[in-house]
Amino acid sequence: MRRAFVPMLLVAGLMLAYAPVMIAQGAYEQSMGLISKILYFHAPSGMLMLLSAIVCGVASALYLWRKSPAADRVAIASAELTALFGLIVIVTGPLWAKKAWGIWWDWEPRLTMSFVGWLISVSYLFVRKYAGPGSDKLGAALAVFGSVNVPFIYVSVNIWRTLHPKTTVVPTLPPGMRGPFWFSAATLFLLYLLLLTARIHLERQRATLDELYLAEED
Amino acid sequence: MFLQTALLVLRKDFAIEVKSREILYTTLLFALSCVLVFSIAFVKEGQPLEDAAAGILWIAVEFAGTLALGRTFERERYSETLRALLLAPASRAAIYVGKMLGIVLLLGVVELLLAPLVAILFHASLFAAPALLAALLAAGTVGFAVVGALFAAMLVRARSRDVMLPILLYPITIPVMIAGVRGTAALLQSPPDRPTVTMWIMILAAFDVVFLTLALWTFEPVMTE
Repeated sequence: MRRAFVPMLLVAGLMLAYAPVMIAQGAYEQSMGLISKILYFHAPSGMLMLLSAIVCGVASALYLWRKSPAADRVAIASAELTALFGLIVIVTGPLWAKKAWGIWWDWEPRLTMSFVGWLISVSYLFVRKYAGPGSDKLGAALAVFGSVNVPFIYVSVNIWRTLHPKTTVVPTLPPGMRGPFWFSAATLFLLYLLLLTARIHLERQRATLDELYLAEED
Repeated sequence: MFLQTALLVLRKDFAIEVKSREILYTTLLFALSCVLVFSIAFVKEGQPLEDAAAGILWIAVEFAGTLALGRTFERERYSETLRALLLAPASRAAIYVGKMLGIVLLLGVVELLLAPLVAILFHASLFAAPALLAALLAAGTVGFAVVGALFAAMLVRARSRDVMLPILLYPITIPVMIAGVRGTAALLQSPPDRPTVTMWIMILAAFDVVFLTLALWTFEPVMTE
């Protein structure tokens, strides 16, 4: 991964630079107008938020029961990325909703789930930062509980109330929007991979530094 | 052996509580204050808002429960009694179950007083189907206590645990709150919407089973230093 990092960074940079051009040239959605362009940013970020939340949950479970320090580094890196992409999702979502639904926010399953998921990822980061010794295991348990919780939230809010466009929107996009959409999704995914790699690398170096300090003291 | 240990821990907590009654009284009074505060927010021209009673009942239980959890484990921090408990040659999971049952019992007593009070103060026909209400409250309380006891135990050694407990607990117990509030709201309709209440009780029961399994599984690795 480390050797591929710089070429990947270059590719991601070029793709990020080209993405606005591609989005601008994409098909114009009549009913929603310009505001529909948020889709190219919002939906892929949502996918990445879900992906990194799953990665965080699995890594935390591995850390808790296998005690692998590498899993812990993956967990903290993906928790940060969940919070980051989650923030993008819950900021871009209302911007679109105000135009489409006439309201900024609605307590329906997807929105509630994203909000709670984002809250859990932020509280994970809080635990890691402020809870002091033992916070790694505390955070891991929170991540495991949080990921198991998501389906429950989805089911219960789904019964309670349902407004968000269905997941079938993305596969049935008109051809003129499909190209830019998947291009944006790929670009953001690449960005996600780069950030994850860099963050894990940072944690690894911190661990090495700690070991060196301990060795020096002995 | 497992059950014996759990009951022993429960009996110990019970004996301490019977002597001082500190946690029971403070939790009860706190729940009452919650109801008072909510009555200001959710009563309009002398009439409570629709379904307000359901929300008030559950929020009072959740807030009071958080307080009780904090106090119960704060007690174990004095002279490191939690460490002593964990060092005992007994199953860790049994210790967890004992602590969890203590919280369930305590909240049960609080609810025994809270539910009639909310019914009277907010003109809510909570007791139209007492068995369903009892089942709903029991399933919800167990769900809350299962997650709460684990997190409160983990937080005993952590810094800023007082703020941390609600921050961690509320997002995770969102399904309990939704099911509890929606189930109680269905119960308040006249006549009570029995199928809906039963469905929410089932969801709560599923939540309880999944999270109890997960908590029993997590308690051991999390409490090992």
